Amino acid sequence: MKRYLSTILYTLLSIVVIAAARFGLINPYEQIVIMFIGINIILCSSLNLINGYMGEFSCGHAGFMAVGAYVTSILNIWFFTSSPVFGGPLFSPGSAIFIFPLTLIAGGAAAALAGMLVAIPSVRTRGDYLAIITLAVNYIVKSSIENIQVIGGARGFMGMGKVVDSMTSAINLPWVMIWIFVFTATCIWILNHFVNSTYGKGIIAVRDDEIAAEIMSVNTNRMKMVAFTLSSGLAGIAGGLFAHVLGYINPGSFTIMKSTEIMVMVYLGGMGSLSGSVLSAVSFTLLMEILRPLQVYKWVLIPLLLIILMLYRPEGIMGNRELTDVFPKLRRFFPSREL
Amino acid sequence: MFFQHFLNALQWGSFYALIALGYTLVYGVLLLINFAHGDIFMVGAYIAFFIASFLLGSYSLQLPFAMDGNTIFVITIVITMVVTSCVGVTIERVAYRPLRKKGAGRLYVVITALMCGLVLENGNLALLGASRKSFPELIEKSIYTIGGITFTNVKILVIVTTIIVFILLETIVRKTKLGMAMRAISYDSVAVLLMGIPLDVVIVFTFILGSSMAALAGVLFVTAYPVLEPYMGAMVGWKAFIAAVVGGIGEIRGAFVGGFILGFVEIYVAAVFPSTLRDLIAFAILLLLLSLKPTGIFGIARAQKI
Repeated sequence: MKRYLSTILYTLLSIVVIAAARFGLINPYEQIVIMFIGINIILCSSLNLINGYMGEFSCGHAGFMAVGAYVTSILNIWFFTSSPVFGGPLFSPGSAIFIFPLTLIAGGAAAALAGMLVAIPSVRTRGDYLAIITLAVNYIVKSSIENIQVIGGARGFMGMGKVVDSMTSAINLPWVMIWIFVFTATCIWILNHFVNSTYGKGIIAVRDDEIAAEIMSVNTNRMKMVAFTLSSGLAGIAGGLFAHVLGYINPGSFTIMKSTEIMVMVYLGGMGSLSGSVLSAVSFTLLMEILRPLQVYKWVLIPLLLIILMLYRPEGIMGNRELTDVFPKLRRFFPSREL
Repeated sequence: MFFQHFLNALQWGSFYALIALGYTLVYGVLLLINFAHGDIFMVGAYIAFFIASFLLGSYSLQLPFAMDGNTIFVITIVITMVVTSCVGVTIERVAYRPLRKKGAGRLYVVITALMCGLVLENGNLALLGASRKSFPELIEKSIYTIGGITFTNVKILVIVTTIIVFILLETIVRKTKLGMAMRAISYDSVAVLLMGIPLDVVIVFTFILGSSMAALAGVLFVTAYPVLEPYMGAMVGWKAFIAAVVGGIGEIRGAFVGGFILGFVEIYVAAVFPSTLRDLIAFAILLLLLSLKPTGIFGIARAQKI
């Protein structure tokens, strides 16, 4: 019973929030903030796999997010709405409820494929050169989307609102929020198991000493490939959800600024700490919303805060530890797979 | 047409080369990607704007004597380089050095650098507003035409200055004691201390060199394209960084060659294809170059001792 307490608590929390959203107890603005928290948790924890656990410096996470966002949106528009480009709906709009998560996974798969392509040069290069490759990939993705006129080019791509509407008109529930809750939980679950598996240990070994890991018969190339694929796949899913929260995406949403934002969250929470990532994603999103009245000064204040954090606590909120290491009593509730 | 683009590419590459230089110098000494560097370029341009406006007498406080444009231009360059170096050194002093003394990992310093850049960008936006400023024309532009190629004196000035800077820096790094110390630090920063080389002094000197080159690039850039905006440094900075890596980061020759390669690729791609494809093709070519030679053109793969 205690073993599943965290799962049960999370389920209860999601049900309460979804019910509150359904019956209008929380206003749309608060709903969007909650949904962004979920998306940011996925983005931050997935980037933590590369930047934290593997110790590489990937600064193009928004690029993978863009791939996922566009693929998911295009599939949904193609399947469920009549648009001038793709023609009439392929499936009945009501079936969006079941097919929507599949399109999200398809978007994730496309992003994972892109991540795998990036991982191939990363086998030969490390460190700063890898940073460049990811940076360039981010530019390339953004620039290619801008040049494909069918999907709107630089003007952006819209119509996802109709898909969300057709889901709510079939069964009146905040579907996007439900899927955000589901995928956030799945993402954390996958990453937690992955990090504690043999693969995860291999990835940490690559971070600590690549040569020593190689000697210990860790297949470092394969570790990098797997980590990149998984991380970018999850980013793609987050992108798909992001697109459906806003109902409109344009290449300008997926610039280096977005990547920087995700990186800030990772380093705020602590490299190599999943619970740190979750904590920082939640607190960072809330902080951004609280500081919204400051307008431009917000973006002066937040970097300053981070610089001060780096000066006094360079390892971030959690450092290399998990919440269960700081409060050992929590270990009773979270099934620990270590040792 | 080809030679016309050639000249444009030389000018465009000059800016990248001058900025890439700052990345490469700091990287060569500290192994730190100084992501604030692009914004130091922007700060340099703004400082130049204020100094030039002041010298031209645009403010209520005026100089008792008037100067002609060329004198103002030279004075602006000198003062801007000095002031911008102060900004660069301050960032090093306030943000990077405490981290270095603590022995924090490289990634933390990189993130701090990124944040410093954001502070500079958005601080500027908050203080001066989002409206664009136009740089006063200090040098009278004269246009020459030789054999169907048109060029301005500004273009020649930019290209010649970049080449002079290149020769100067190569001399400093190869021939002087400070340059030798810089190379020594990048080779082995622990042994350098044992040899009695003042680490901090050399690092400050590196930042002065890098920032003043960014300032020079800033002044030249706004002289050629007289529009100032807070985000002008971000895009150019990222691209110059890529140029530095393609040339082989940590090598001065690499920064120059990388900068010019990027300039040429961008100009010629824009000449042949629609200009919206410029970034796409430019970056694809750079990725190809990197995958063929992962350490950059002049970079040497260092064998790691086990």
